[in-house]
Parts: sequence; structure tokens; C-alpha cells
Amino acid sequence: MIAVELFKLVRRLRTWVSVALICLLPLVVAIFIAVTHIAPAPGSGSAFLSAVLNEGQLYPAAALALVLPVFLPVAVAVVAGDSIAGEASTGTLRYLLARPVGRTKLLVAKLIAVITFAVLAVVAVTVTSYATGVLILGPSRAAAVGTAPGGISGSIAPGAGGAPTAGLQPGGAITSLSGTPLTTLELIERVLGAMAFITVSMLGVAAIALFLSTITDSAIGAAMGSLAALVISEILVTLNAASAVQPYLPTRYWLAWIDFFRQPIFWRDIQRGFAIQAVYVVVFLAAAWANFATRDITT
Amino acid sequence: MITTQHLTKRFGHVEAVRDVSIDVREGDRYGLLGPNGSGKSTLVRMLLGLVYATSGSISVLGEPVPRHVSRVLPEIGSVIEEPAAYPHLSGRTNLRLLDAAGPAASRRTRRRRVDEALEQVGLAGIDRRPVRAYSLGMRQRLGLAAALVRRPRLLILDEPTNGLDPRGIRDIRDLLIGLNADGTTIFLSSHLLPEVSALCTRIGVLDSGKLVLQDQLASLQEPTGRVLVSTDDPERAVATLDGLVERRDGADLVVRSPDPAALNARLVEAGVPVRSLVVQRRSLEEIVLDVTGAGSDQFGVPA
Repeated sequence: MIAVELFKLVRRLRTWVSVALICLLPLVVAIFIAVTHIAPAPGSGSAFLSAVLNEGQLYPAAALALVLPVFLPVAVAVVAGDSIAGEASTGTLRYLLARPVGRTKLLVAKLIAVITFAVLAVVAVTVTSYATGVLILGPSRAAAVGTAPGGISGSIAPGAGGAPTAGLQPGGAITSLSGTPLTTLELIERVLGAMAFITVSMLGVAAIALFLSTITDSAIGAAMGSLAALVISEILVTLNAASAVQPYLPTRYWLAWIDFFRQPIFWRDIQRGFAIQAVYVVVFLAAAWANFATRDITT
Repeated sequence: MITTQHLTKRFGHVEAVRDVSIDVREGDRYGLLGPNGSGKSTLVRMLLGLVYATSGSISVLGEPVPRHVSRVLPEIGSVIEEPAAYPHLSGRTNLRLLDAAGPAASRRTRRRRVDEALEQVGLAGIDRRPVRAYSLGMRQRLGLAAALVRRPRLLILDEPTNGLDPRGIRDIRDLLIGLNADGTTIFLSSHLLPEVSALCTRIGVLDSGKLVLQDQLASLQEPTGRVLVSTDDPERAVATLDGLVERRDGADLVVRSPDPAALNARLVEAGVPVRSLVVQRRSLEEIVLDVTGAGSDQFGVPA
């Protein structure tokens, strides 16, 4: 059944259009920066972005920071929200279940397909933005601008760290946010770590959308519902008055992937981020299962 | 093959199915009749484990449903209301995909089974087009092919000829009769009386969620003891038969007679030129209207 769901995922035009759109955003940003040579001032704008004119190889990190808050969760919510509701509204759900595909099995296969989509999107963004960084930005152009090493985003949630800088050292090696140089191998490891963390960060929203998808027959409704939950979470994370609930919000540790670029890696928030996503997946998958397994299929 | 006992399903305050006990035997071509909204689809969905009964019990192929529905579903092919397929994929890919979903479908024989099912429903030449480009009738055929691809012992078909033209309806009917002759039991629900009349050997009639009739079609359509006689000389016929003529309409007479051969001999002997002589049977329409009392417009009887 998992193979069937993956086949449906890759044979669907929507999958590739949304991946292409997600990849397009960093490309557009790179083109603007490359043409104007105006990077965001250190400490403002999206994470890592101020450093990319000096070091194009850092662009994947900047690109992930660009797509993380909106594009990626929207795409994941659309795919996950469609998973059961979409099949229900086209009528294919009843034929799958009458095949028979167990309802629990179907839910798990759908979740795996959504995770695959998130991995696909994150990998595509990383690869295309690496190419973009090296070809359009990168050290060759760094000579034209003498900007100072950039800082990370000012919009980072409290607790994610201060404002250390990343960028080019005089020697030419890429430095961590803590100021010490990273070898190429270390950089690759850390980018992989960040990719994994960002993928996992999408699981919470995916599980919420999947749960809503078992409640409604409207795919768009399920997607919008989960996005509403996400927006509320993103707002509460920045609201001091909501500090009591902040540790439990799905987006609370979203920016902890930046901690992979510290020396040494700052694990506390990364671990918490993994843990909170796991909790959301377990809770909402269980709720989805409880609802879906006992529901009358009337569409 | 299928038995339900006191099956009831309530949606909120609406009782869609009320205390229904049906009995479909091996080898039957069973037709479940009833107007739209009489509970046919809800009943079909309960048989397939899609909708859970409020009370009562279901047994399909000897297993309790929905408890062991996953054991019996691999041996059941179904069309549940409209057919559904992924529109951007071809008909063939849809069938392969559906066959790959769920347990116990041999991969080795998949291509052959898919080919055969497409052949059976007459889609063999156009199976590589995306389903998006299919007509309603083609989609209906594809839905039937999907039901046949696992070579089921039991077919549960909800309105399988919706959207088909007269030729398509006959093709499908011939196909179903052929499959039945090879041992497939067929359970079909429909609101179209002619379809059921032409195909089924046994019928059940649902009216507002209740089963109001279940019997062999042949025994329901026993001769009524009346013969329809058409003649060029009705006066002489009436005179000959005297009190046996129940009704006269121009050249057509309704004659009370248990033995059509004797009646014919008597008329010929008296020199009455008999143009046609037919044993009267109750039509399915009369049978159904008798037990439901519903307006015929709800049954889709052609005018």
C-alpha cells in the first residue's frame, strides 16, 4: 500500500508544481541579491541571508530559512489535507477500502507519502539553492561587495540564541555561527542535520492536516484548518503573554535547526524540537485513527 | 452468500435501513429494487464494511461483517454508486494501482488479469487514455473492470448500468449472465425495473428502508390464469367464449383460462381467426408497485 501511495504521489502533477514553486522562491531572492548586491543588513532579514553574498555555499541554509515559515508548511498541509478528504471527494476512498485496504494501513501509508513529499521538497530546495548559491552568488562575486559577515535573523524565537554571526573568515573557510571555522565535511553534516530537522518539523502540521482530512470531505478545508493552527502557533510563539504554552506549540522549536550551525552543535532545542513533533504526530495520528476507523464512509 | 438479520442503520434521526433480513444464495442473480433514497446504497455499503450497522447482523461468504470483512472482501468485486478513478491516470494504470492496493493480489498474474478485465468490459483498445478523457459509459465500464480484476466469487453492484447506452446495458447484462453461468453470484441494486427484470432470478424490494418483498422472480411471475387474445373477429370470439372474457379492448381480449392450448383449439374450432395468444404474467412493475404503492415516476419506468 505504501508503494501505491508513493506512486500516486510521484504521478501527480501537483507534487512537482509545488516542489518547483518552493524551489523558485530562493532562486528569485538569489537573483535579486546577485543583481543588486544588496544583502539584508546583518541581524535583519531571513537567517543566513546577509552572509550569502560572501559565501554562496551557505545559500542552502538561507534558502531553507526562506521556505520554512510559509511555503513548506503550506505545501505539506495541502498534500496532507488532501490525503483522505481528497480520496473521499473523488469517491476512490470507498474503492480502496473495499479492496480491502485496512483503514489503519491507509492512514499510515498516507502519512509516509506526506513525509516523502516533505523530504522531496527539502532536498530539492537544498540542491537547487546550492547550485544557485555557487553559480549566481558565491565567492566570485564577493569581491564586488565588502559587506561584513552577516548575523542571523532577528525574528528568531527567544531561546534560539543570541545573534552570533556566520560568514567568511579571512582564511576563506566557512565559519559557524559561533565564529569558529567549519570544514566542508562538517558543513555537509550540518546541512544534512538541518534538512532532517526541518523535515521532522513538518510532521506536526502534517499530522494535524491528516487528522482534519479524516473529519471533513473537503481537502481544502483540512489544509486551511491545519494552516490556521500553524498561524496561531506562530503568533503565540512571539507573544510574551503566551509564554506558559509556548513550549508545547508545534512551531516553537522550528528555528532550532540553526543550532546545527553552531560550534559545537547546540543540541537542547533540537532535541526538544524532535520531541514536540513526535508528540504531535502521536496525538493527531491517534485521533485520526480513532475517527477514521469508526467512521461511516458515505461518499 | 449474503444474509442479513434485522439490519438497521440510523443516521441521526433518519432510519435509512429498517429491520432488513435479506438472503442471497450461491448462484443467484439477486436484484435489490427500490426507489432512490430507499436505503439500497446504505445496505450495500454495510455489506462491504464501509458503513457500520446500528443493529442487526450481516454475514457475507460465511463470515461476520464488519468484524471479518477483510477476509471476504478479496473475494468480492464491487461497484458502489458511481465508479471512481484517478482522472490523470490511464484506465489500465488505475486498475493496476487498485489491484496493487490491499492484500493477496498476485503480481505475477496482474497484467493478465487486468488485460482480461479490460477485454471483458470492452475497454481493451482505449485503456491507455487518461480517465479524464473517458465518457460516462466508459467510466462505468472501467468501474466494472475494477470489480472483475480479482476474479471474485461474488459481485456486489450498486446501479452498475448508470450512464450506459442501450447497447452498453445489453453488453453488461450479457457479461453478467456469462459470469453467473461460470459460478459468480451477483447481487445488484437498481431502481431500473427493466434492468432487473432482464437480468435477475431473485428480487428483493426495499421501500423506505424496509424489505417489503423477497422471492424468486419466476414464482412471482407465475401465469395469472388469464390469456391475452388478439383476433380479427372479436364478436365471434366473445360469443364463443361467453362468460370467460373479462375485458375487451377493440380486437384485444382478456380471457380467463388456465390452459392456453385448449383455449386456442376452442377458438380455432369455432372459426375465430386468432392473430396472437399470450399467457398473461404480472410484470415486475405491477409486482413492485403492488408492494410499495409508490408512484411509478420514482421507479424510472420508461413511459
